[in-house]
Order: sequence, then C-alpha cells, then structure tokens
Amino acid sequence: MATSAKTLEVGAIPYDEIDTIIGNYKGDSSAIIPILQDIQEIIGYVPKDGIAYMAEKLEVSAAKIYGIATFYAQFRLQPVGKHIIMLCEGTACHVNGAKLIAGAITDELAIRGGETTPDGLFTFEKVACIGCCSLSPVMVISGETYAKLTPDATRKIIKEYQEKEAAAQN
Amino acid sequence: MEEHGKTVIKVGLSTCGIAAGGTKTYEALKAAIKENKLDVVLQKTGCIGMCYQEPIVDVITPDGNLYSYGAVDEETGRRILAEHVKGGTPVQDSLISEERESIVGGQVRISLRNCGIIDPESLEDYRASGGYQALEKALKEMTPEQVIEEVLRSGLRGRGGAGFPTGLKWRFTRMNEGDQKYIICNADEGDPGAFMDRSIIEGDPHAVVEGMMLAGYAIGASMGHIYCRAEYPLAIVRLEKAMQDARNAGLLGKNILGSGFDFELKVKKGAGAFVCGEETALIASLEGERGMPRLKPPFPAEQGLWRKPTSINNVETFANVPWIISNGADKYAAYGTEKSKGTKVFALAGKMNNGGLIEVPMGVTLRDIIFGVGGGVRDNKKFKGVQLGGPSGGCIPESLLDTSVEYESLTRTGAIMGSGGMIVMDETTCMVDMARYFLDFVQNESCGKCVHCRLGTKRMLEILTRITEGKAAPEELDLLEELAYNVKEGALCGLGQTAPNPVLTTLKYFRDEYEAHIHDRCCPAKSCPELLTYTIDMELCNGCRRCAKHCPAEAITGEKKEPHVVDQEKCIKCGNCIDACKFDAIMAE
Repeated sequence: MATSAKTLEVGAIPYDEIDTIIGNYKGDSSAIIPILQDIQEIIGYVPKDGIAYMAEKLEVSAAKIYGIATFYAQFRLQPVGKHIIMLCEGTACHVNGAKLIAGAITDELAIRGGETTPDGLFTFEKVACIGCCSLSPVMVISGETYAKLTPDATRKIIKEYQEKEAAAQN
Repeated sequence: MEEHGKTVIKVGLSTCGIAAGGTKTYEALKAAIKENKLDVVLQKTGCIGMCYQEPIVDVITPDGNLYSYGAVDEETGRRILAEHVKGGTPVQDSLISEERESIVGGQVRISLRNCGIIDPESLEDYRASGGYQALEKALKEMTPEQVIEEVLRSGLRGRGGAGFPTGLKWRFTRMNEGDQKYIICNADEGDPGAFMDRSIIEGDPHAVVEGMMLAGYAIGASMGHIYCRAEYPLAIVRLEKAMQDARNAGLLGKNILGSGFDFELKVKKGAGAFVCGEETALIASLEGERGMPRLKPPFPAEQGLWRKPTSINNVETFANVPWIISNGADKYAAYGTEKSKGTKVFALAGKMNNGGLIEVPMGVTLRDIIFGVGGGVRDNKKFKGVQLGGPSGGCIPESLLDTSVEYESLTRTGAIMGSGGMIVMDETTCMVDMARYFLDFVQNESCGKCVHCRLGTKRMLEILTRITEGKAAPEELDLLEELAYNVKEGALCGLGQTAPNPVLTTLKYFRDEYEAHIHDRCCPAKSCPELLTYTIDMELCNGCRRCAKHCPAEAITGEKKEPHVVDQEKCIKCGNCIDACKFDAIMAE
C-alpha cells in the first residue's frame, strides 16, 4: 500500500513524532512492538494510516504490522474516549462479581466492553488481571483504581465523572 | 537505609497499596512531617503480603520496635504522627502488629525476603540487607559450573509452573555451543489471579537483577532480557531504576567487580497476550513477531532467542537464586519435601478472609494455607473448592484439602502448582460457571495456530455456555469430556494442552453441579442468572421500597408499606435487589 502522508487528513497523525519514534529504534524491524507501543502512547491508539506509514519506513509489509497490532490485546485500532474504564476480569474479580459491575457500567453508559460513548467521554475495556486480587472487584478509570466495588458504587463513581465533565463544559 | 536514633516510617507502596490509597497517605505523612518539623525518616516500601490491610504503615521506633498499622488513610496517618511518633502512645485502633506477626511470622520468606521491608528504589537498602554479595561470591570464588551445581543441589525448580529443575536447564544451556547465549526473565504474569511476580519486582527489583546476573554467569550469557507485562507499569519503572543504579555502581555492564564478566540487561514490555507466558511464544514476541509458540524440540536451551542457546526462568525463580548462593544449597534444600525443595509463594484471593501474598515451605497442606494464614472463608460461608494454577490448573474440592503443596501431589489431583495463584470459592460460586470463565479466557487468548486449541476450546466454551443457560442436552456432557481429552492431547503448546484442566477437574469433583444444570435446569450455587427467578416473600417484605429504588430495570413495583412484586418479564436478574434488601425478603431460586 503506497499511502503517503499527502493523501491523509491534515493534522490527523503526527508523522514527525512517528519519525522520531522509528529513529529511536534505528529503523529496526524487530522493534515493531515497541514502536507500536510508543505510537499508542502519544496518539492514544494505532491509526491504520500510521501502520501504512510505518510499513514504508521500516520496509516491511503493512500486513505484517497489522498482524502484530491485532494479535496483541494492548493495541487499539480505534480512537479512545477521554476516560478509559478498565474493568478487571481476573479470576478473583470474577468470583467476587465483576459481571455485575460490567452490567452496571453498560447500564449507565449504554456501551459494552470495547466500545466508546458517542460523546467521546468514556471507553469501556475489559482487561485481564490487574493484579489487585485481594481488593476485588476492581476497575481503573483514568489511572485511578477503585476497589471492592458494588454495582451501586460503580454507578455512583461513573455519575461523578459525568457530573465533573458536565460542570467543566458549562 | 535505616538510620540509628531516628524513627523510621515505611509506607507500603506497591500496586495494591497504591490502589488502596497509599500515595495519599504517603503525601499526607510527608506534609505533616514537614509542617511539624519532625526528625523522622519516611520511606516507601513494597508489599508485605497483607494486601487486605493496605495501605500499611510501619513505624520503627529508635529502640528498634516495629509497630504495624493497617488501612491507614490520611487522617489516621496524621494521628499516628501526632499520637505515636510525637506523643509516644501507639494508635491502638489501627495497630495490626499482632496480626502481622501471626501471618508473616509463620512464613518462610526467601524470595519475598525484602518485600515490604526495604525501599525497593534504593540500591543501598538492598546492599545493606546482603544484596549483591551472592554475585560477588560467585564471581570471585566460584566457577560457572559450581554455580550450576549449587543451584542443582538446592533442588530449585521452575516457579513459573512447570517445575523443571533450574540447575538442569542452566546446565543444558551452558553445554550447548553458541557465540552468544541469552538469559530471559519471564515476567509476563498473565495468569488471572497470580500477582507474586509483580509484587517481587515492585518490592525487590534488585533480587531479580542479581538472580539474572548469576544465571548469566552460570550459562555464559552476556545479555539478558526481562519480558514484563505492560499492565505492570510500576514494576517496569522500578526495574529500570534498579538496572540503572546497578550500572552506575559498576554491578552491571562491562568487567563487573573487576572479574572480567560482562552482563547487560534490557526490559521489554509485553503487549498483552497470555500465550507469551509460553517460552517459545515469548521468544517470538521478543523477536518482534506475533507471539505464537514454536514446536519443541529444539528447546530454547538449544535454539532460543535469535536461534542462540537461551535459558528462560521465572521472576520468583531468579529471586531465590542469590539467597541460595549466599546461604548454600543445603540450607535451601532443608525446606520442603523430597522432590519439591524450598519455599513457594502463593497469591491468595477470592472468597478468603486474608487475601494477599504468602511464602511457605513446600509440603504444607492446602488446608494449612487456606484456613491458617488465609484466615478461612469470608462471611462465614461454606468452603466449596480452591482453584489452583489459573487457566491451566484445576478446582480441588474440600475432600482433598489435606493434599500437600508439592509439584507431584498437586498434579495427581488434576490441578497444577502453576504460578501459585490460589482462588478460594464458597457455596455461592458455581463450578460450571468457573469452568466456563476459564474456557472463555483461554479461548480469547488462543493464538490460533493449531486447530485443537483454536476450535476445540471454542466448541467447549459453547457447550459450557449452553449448560450455564440450562439449554444443554444430556449427551453434551460426554461430548464435552471427549473434546477436553482431545484438546489436551492434540494442542501444540502448554496453553492448549492444559486449557481443558479446569473443565476436567470440575467434571471430576463437581459433576453433580453439571448434572443439576442439565437435568433439573437449576444452578445449585444460585449463581447462573438464566436459571434463576427472583421473587419477594410477601411475609417478610414490609414495602420499604429500597429494592425498587435499586432496580435498574424498574421491574419491582408495589405501594409503600405494602409487599412488592417482581415483574419477571422486565427482570434482568442483576441481583441488585437482594443486596439492597435489609429484610432478606428477596429470593433467587
């Protein structure tokens, strides 16, 4: 795929920064995973056009990079919301009712795992063990950990975020 | 480093401590110390293992006495400073010193020796507790063969789960020809329910670094890679700091301690694939490929990373090595049983009173762990089973609780030692749902390379889902079992070969629950939503409306102070009403 920067939306992808990242790894094609990780770190996700650009620079096929990006759970190919809700689905959380927490989140935001609210505020992700098993069930919103959840407590936490966002807009 | 004559305050700041609010406590203490101009040393430390009590704050008075405080919020932190540090009277209502002694005192902490005690970000602290002495001893007094011999004699076996003798793995790697050899630390702790590797790295990163250097010296490698889960950001930060500090001190890099031995380390972040815990898949991922397993042989000891001889060991394994070299193989081998020597770390979670991390000698019984250190089942519920070894392990019933913890005896039950995750389940946990949960996990994580795992686990999951929904035909139970054996025999790698274990063990020990779902369309644990009906007891309900307010589906109606009813059409079976009702008037049958 010979996509070049010119055909893309202006300003959508920071090509300069991608160049810097690739430069950091000296164009090493075995560094595809860390390059993707760094790109996700700055953009929040891995854009398809970014993959094409990487392919050109690293002289490997876009299919190979796409294959890697879709193999690992960490990589997102869609933009994410402002707040990422990561619900732990580890064994301890499962035994202690993570399913009910997932239900409460879906109830409140009308999105399922992997989806983003239309207003772009929340992305709901179900993740494997976060490693806080003795505080289960656990979710992390924007880096803040919420432990020993109940469905009601979960609703309250989400409402607080919504209220904060609404207040910020006014 | 502890300074004499001063009070030392340590705050548990591993992921568990931070999740429980430890950073806020730390900041509050820091501010209050500054404000009151107190002459005390404030330190960060790792996890002592009593995660259920986090944030934990330890106060060590100038006379050397240790006072442990549990669940310390900002306010309690300020009280500790005012009443204890300044006033000399411990804050009794938050003191957990006795509890700590009864839980930690009964353990043998070798790989966790420094966790929750030293400051993980301080090289001086690590060295003051004997750190890097093993490396010095090995480089100056021992040949690589002698290091291998010592580890072999200690009886140390791989703590990642499979239990292969560590010394033997090193010997094979040493014997194979190669201009370059590699040491890899598997810190891709993907088993949902195990967190000991994270805790060791966060609480004592230098122990892992030193263990890897000893391994590198033993096999003749000058390069090591640590493959760590990206979900463990704090562990990665602390590892990188430890490596940099070691480098600055001449403990890592060229000509270490003047011995002529060169060793360098790199951290590589995993990208979230459970299968990368399998060693050949981990290697593929390190090489920048999709993390798909390769057929063995050749084993990594012959052709590993970049086709060079490679030894892959687990975090906990490495953390044991410096202790073994410093204290001698005999001392390590004195713990444990004939075939399983030393100690093992277990992560206790689930419906257990004292969730956290413990380290005990091999050979103690499951009962000792769960009802001793673990404090038994939460809320006085009845014990049903314990899940060992994560998605590759199995569920063990109460009748087998006197099984001793060692590789062989656990394998005989159908479970495995695994990484040491131990999830306790009570009467409200449905065993069919547990099996379905694990199958769902491995099916998601299956890399798709071999048919047995890719399709077999999918078909098994479909059957299990039908059973939990009460839609399965009686003959499907036999089909499930047949499929389970087929996947076990036919899958390419460890993930697939062990994926059926949760199903096979629950079928073996809890078959009656499967049959109840299929024949009676009921879930004995009252956990599978599709098989439950929520009703309100007219006698017990006093019409307080609490349940109606908590029902997200508006399925509960009734006048105030009159008994309420559940509209079965609207009910989404979320269970909120049961939690909300203070009169036990709602039943799910």
